[in-house]
Formats: sequence, C-alpha cells, structure tokens
Amino acid sequence: MAVVDFALPDLGEGLTESELVTWHVAEGDSVELNQILAEIETAKALVELPSPFAGKIKKLYHPEGTTVLVGAPLIAFEIDGGPDEPAAEDGGQKEERQSVLVGYGPPIDSDKKSTRRAKKGASAPAAAPAAASGSEPEVVAESPRSTPPVRKLARDLGLDLRTISGTGKNGLITREDVEAAFSGAPEHAPSAAPAAAAGLQVAAAPIPRGERETRTRIQGVRKFTAAAMVQSAFTAPHASEFLTIDVTPTMELIAELKGSRQFAGKRINLLTIVAKALCIAVQRNPSVNSRWDEAAQEIIQFNYVNLGIAAATPRGLMVPNIKDADSLDLAGLADALSALVETAKSGASSPAELSGGTISITNIGSFGIDAGTPILNTGEAMILALGAVRRQPWEFNGEIALRQVLTLSVSFDHRLVDGEQGSKFLADVGAILAKPAMLLAMI
Amino acid sequence: MLRATVSKPDAAEGDILGDEAYIQLITPEGERVENPAFDPAVADIDKSKLADLYEDMVVIRRIDTEATALQRQGQLALWPPLLGQEASQIGSVRALRDDDYAVPSYRENGVAFIRGVSAEDLMRTWKGYAHGSWDPQLHNLAIPNVIIGAQTLHAVGYAMGIQRDGAKSASLAYFGDGATSQGDVNEALVFSAAYQAPVVFFCQNNHWAISEPVRLQAKRQIADRSPGFGVPSLRVDGNDVLAVLAATRVALERAYSGGGPTFIEAVTYRMGPHTTSDDPTKYRTSDEVAEWKTKDPITRVEKHLEKLGAFDEKLQSRVKAKADAVAAELRSKCIGMPKPGPLSMFENVQVEDNPVLERQRAQYAAYLEMFEGEE
Repeated sequence: MAVVDFALPDLGEGLTESELVTWHVAEGDSVELNQILAEIETAKALVELPSPFAGKIKKLYHPEGTTVLVGAPLIAFEIDGGPDEPAAEDGGQKEERQSVLVGYGPPIDSDKKSTRRAKKGASAPAAAPAAASGSEPEVVAESPRSTPPVRKLARDLGLDLRTISGTGKNGLITREDVEAAFSGAPEHAPSAAPAAAAGLQVAAAPIPRGERETRTRIQGVRKFTAAAMVQSAFTAPHASEFLTIDVTPTMELIAELKGSRQFAGKRINLLTIVAKALCIAVQRNPSVNSRWDEAAQEIIQFNYVNLGIAAATPRGLMVPNIKDADSLDLAGLADALSALVETAKSGASSPAELSGGTISITNIGSFGIDAGTPILNTGEAMILALGAVRRQPWEFNGEIALRQVLTLSVSFDHRLVDGEQGSKFLADVGAILAKPAMLLAMI
Repeated sequence: MLRATVSKPDAAEGDILGDEAYIQLITPEGERVENPAFDPAVADIDKSKLADLYEDMVVIRRIDTEATALQRQGQLALWPPLLGQEASQIGSVRALRDDDYAVPSYRENGVAFIRGVSAEDLMRTWKGYAHGSWDPQLHNLAIPNVIIGAQTLHAVGYAMGIQRDGAKSASLAYFGDGATSQGDVNEALVFSAAYQAPVVFFCQNNHWAISEPVRLQAKRQIADRSPGFGVPSLRVDGNDVLAVLAATRVALERAYSGGGPTFIEAVTYRMGPHTTSDDPTKYRTSDEVAEWKTKDPITRVEKHLEKLGAFDEKLQSRVKAKADAVAAELRSKCIGMPKPGPLSMFENVQVEDNPVLERQRAQYAAYLEMFEGEE
C-alpha cells in the first residue's frame, strides 16, 4: 500500500483556484478509477472530479465550501502498487515548469516565484534568510526588467542586473547600462566591500594548482547575500563612526561573573556584555532601532529589540536574531546568544530566527580585526561592529599602562539616524564597556 | 434525394430548422426505415458489419469519457468532448477509403482513432506537448485544426491536387455548424464548385457553436447554404450511423466519378460541453439535452441489433473488452508520456533542412542555454 497525494489540477484553462462544492466520498471509502469524487466549481464551470486511482480515500484535505489553490493537495489515496503507478506522475506534475502552451495559463499566484526567471534562484527559500531581518522577500521576487541578450551580456560580464539601474523605458536595463556598469566598476570593489564589512565570509574552496582563474557561478547564499548587501548599500545612505575604548573594566567584570554562581556553566563573554550595553543604549537612543518603510512612506520605530548577530555559517553569512533581547537579563542573554550561534553554525536556523531583526552586531574581532565600516542588515538602521580586544599602551590614571582596548564601529542609516543620535548611541555603548558601573547612571 | 443546386425560394414547406427533414435509416427506437435512394449505398452492411459500427461508436465514446476524466485529473490540458456525435464521426470515417484524405477540426478524435492514430499520438496535442501529433501522410488525416473552418480550404486544396494527380480519391473536411458562418468555409465552397473538386464538406451540426445556438446564425437549414454556391447538399440524421455512412458514401461516389463537391449536414447534438473549459448549463436547458438523449446514436443501434437478435452477450463482452483495453492504453500512454523539450517545436516545420529555420533553432537553443540550471 502506498499513500499518494492528488493535487487539485487546473480543471479549466489557466485557472489558479477552484471551490470545492461537494464531496461524493468520505475518508475510508474505497473508490474505483474514474468514480466521481467531488464537484468542483471553477471560474468557468461546475465540474465533476473523477478519481485518478482505484484505492481507498485516506484523507480529504479540505471541507466543502473551501477555495483550493490549483496544485494544492486535495485527497490522499491509499493505493496498491509501486511507484510506477500514475501516482508519481501526478505528484510530480506540478513541480515541473509548466509550458505556456494551449490550455495552460500562468502558474498559480502563490507559485509566482517559480516562474521562469525566478526559478533560477530555486534555492531562494533556503537563501532568502541571508537577507535576514529584511523579512520581506522582495529582494528576490523580481528580476529587473531587461531583454534576454542584455541579460546574457550581464551574465557574461559577471554583473548582477539588480545592481544596475535601468535608463531605458520604464526602467528597462539597456545594453549601454550594462556596459557602463561594467566599465565603471573596479573589478574587486563591489564584491570585496560587503564581504570585508560583514567580516565573516569564510574563504572559498582552495584554488586548484595550475589554474590562474577560477570562475564560480553566482548562486545560492552568495547570490542572495550580495543582493541584500547591494540593496542595503545603495538604498540606505550609510554613515560610519568609530570609538576606541579601554574595556579592561568590562573584561575584569566578565572574569568575575564567570566565577560567580549565577553564571556557573554559562558562556559569558564580551559579546554578551556588548549585547546588553546595546540594548540599554537603544533605550536611550530609540531612533537607531527603526526602519525606513519607503513603500508606506513611514518610519517604523521598534519598541523592542530583535538583536541580530552576524554569523559565519557553512551556508554563508547568516544574521539570526534574538527576539526581544531587551527584555532578557544578562544571564538570559548569555543563554540566548550561545543557543543562537550554535544553531546558526549548524545551519539549522529557522526562518523565524532569520527574519524580523531590528538592529545587528557583527563580531569582526573574532577574526582579529580592529574596525571596519559594516553594511547595514537590510531594513535596519544601525549595525555595530565589535573589534578585537588588544592589550596596548593606553592612558590610565594619568600614566601609560597596558590596557585592554577595542574599537567599536557603527554604520547607521542616515535617513533615520542623524550624526547626533548615532554618536550618542555609540558613546553610550562605549561608556558602559569602559565603565560598567555607568549603567547605574543610565537605567 | 440530392437537393437542387438552386436554393428553394419559399420557406413555406414547413419548419425549415426542424430536425425531421433528413435522411434516416434507423430511428431512435431502433426501427429500420426503408429508403430506396440510400439503402443501396449500405446494402453490404449486415448484422455483423453493423455490430462493428456499434463497436466503433462505443469505443470512441469510451475514449471520450476517459480523456475527459484525464483532463479532470490534470493529465490533459484540454479536451473537446465528442459525446453524442459518435454516429456522425463513425458513419463518415468508415465511408472513407484509405487513400481518401480527411481534414478534421479539433473534435474529430473518434475519426482520428479509426484512421489508425495511436492512443499516444491522440493524447499528445491535448496534453499540450505538440501542436500536431501524428503523421498526416501515414493516416491520410490532417492534424486537428483549431482555426474555425480553415480546414475546409485545406480539403479543397487537397482535392484540387487530387484532380491534378489524376487520382480517383477524394478529400473530406470536418467542421461544425458555426464554421459555416465563417468566410473560410464560404470561400472553400466557391473554389470547390468552380473547380468541381472531389471534396465532401461534412458539417456536423451539433446545434451549438460554443454557446451560440444554430438558430441564431442560420435562418435556413445549414444544408441550404451550399446550393447557392453550386454545391448540392444532403441532410442526414447525424445520430444514425447507417444514414451517415450511406450519405457519405453517396457523396464520395460523386467525387470519385467526377461529380464534384457535396455538402452534408449531419444533424446531431453535442451532449457534453464545448471543451472541458466550458459549462453548457449556463446557456442551454436540461430539457433540450434530455430530448436529445432519447436520440442517442448508440442506444438506437443496440435496439436495432436486439430486434435482429444480434445484440447478444458475446457482442457485448467483445465490445466492452475492446473499450476497456483502449481506455487503459489511453490512460497509460497519457500518464507515461515523455515530455518534449522546447526545441522539439522545430522538428516538424519543414520537410527539408532550411538555413533560416536552422538559425532560428540555434538562436533559440542559445537563448534556452541562458536558463540553465532551471530544469
């Protein structure tokens, strides 16, 4: 016995949905081939649905009166026989690209993403999270308008059409646009910048000996990371600031906390404290925790902090976030951070974890880097890059001493955050790290 | 019994659109009606041969039912049911010789089956896998024509070719009542008459041009249209397989012997929807359908064979076995059909290689290359 799903077919020409009017069978019924199972009302006609199999009705997926999308499961059958039964074909049929031939219209709305062009990014569902907090998948929804020869040219030149703005009619990207973009773009700049800024992209596979160039198709997470970066970099005007501080008191605090009973067995480190400091600083400078909604012509002020942590994972750059991080105490934050990073590194982050972020931290210090100008996670207004902690000569109590020093870098969306708020936010984070006791004066 | 080549001037001879004024050899009740003019044309049809015609009709009805189900099950993109028109299709196609050439519309799937088209080829077009899916030369049957009435011109052209070849065969065009209002059909009539081409215009008046009833477009019988062009016409009960066979044989005989074109109006009824995308309940009454059900082409032959004592269990099981086998083959061929690639559309455009077409093919192949990784 095999259980086979039967999906609602297009009963007319180019239909996207139909209403299930009446079931003529019930779960558990045995049915003959071509026995009428249901009456279905399409936009064009009320039709009877004959059974595609002889077998037993295992499950009716929808009650009468439901509108069912074409391609959605309708009935599960228990049938005799192996995979060479019609079953396989039925199940597989909808997965294939539907040729636009007589009688078959466009795929159903909810499948629009799987039309010809979008299908190139068949890995979209998996890769979309790279756009992390973007949450709206519009980044990957539509390819820019162009013509096939120009698309080919762009592909041959290694350019992503999404990075090119069209000057043709209705924003059509012309051959000239592509050529201009190619000649105007220094070879390494666009690709290197986001990677360096995010600071987390691991090296590609080793280059085979004897090969002077290696060409890798732009696809998967790399492709969507790139798209997200481009969208962010060329939509939000970035401003960056740096602050170098003596974090010795914080490092001492961490050492103390590690020894305390409250934090026994917990992973507490600089990132934990920075995350907490960020949440406090956000409360005092709420504009850094907001979003520019161009479509709605609104600024969304988040009254919670979904804290994104950029993570280098086997699948590439991921930015999962901790929901309502501002409501967690330090111990809770420590737990949440370790769990989040573990999940991300195993590649198991859920779409929920990867979307809905409001502000992010990237820990470039873990690679021994001091500072950089991070690119905002799409849709967010502030990103904080945490540099490496170095023991270096620093003024302390009027003398030069070896202190633990780090640089904080921030980039913010200047549409939402002015230099004043950005600076105050950065100064607040710095103040907490430089003197954790300052918290008493802040909350 | 042939109509005059000049249309009758008065319409006062009764209901011109009435369905009774036609050649009928077997009544809906299964009674054999004597007809001195047409009986000789079917003198060879004994019980056994009538049983064969019966089997043909049952089989193509079964093909129709199965294909309709396959469409509902998502296996065919579209299907134009022939339900109710079995006698018109079988009676006419069984009148044809192998060397005659038939030119169908899209509903003549029963005709195609009898002409030897395989189940797979029959399904391929309706699955959306090909524009035309059988070899016309192999079956002397053109591929289905979706352009309403255009195929009548093709049939006349073919018949004019037959004349030039000096052959003794004929062509036969299938079309519907709606097509007779199209320019193409009228032009085809003009040419066929002018050249006295060996062609039979076989019009299945199934009463509905999709949702338009025949009475809206024709103020006289459809059979009255062609005499004005100089093409004599016959009006036949299209649900009577024997009458259709007789009328078509008479028309073909005229064509073979240099008599020129003949127009046949086979008065039948489309019991199902126009296609699987259509809902006929929106434009016609169930009473009308019920009335036509009493004129069913298969039931009347059953009744007639019963009267002859020939509708025995042996025949019934033979016919059932055949229909079951054909339906099963249709289903398996349809479901297991390999999907053609996009480039297959270049395969049957021209007989010989052609640099222009070859370039188009190469360019399209290059274009498809741009979507690699998609399949």
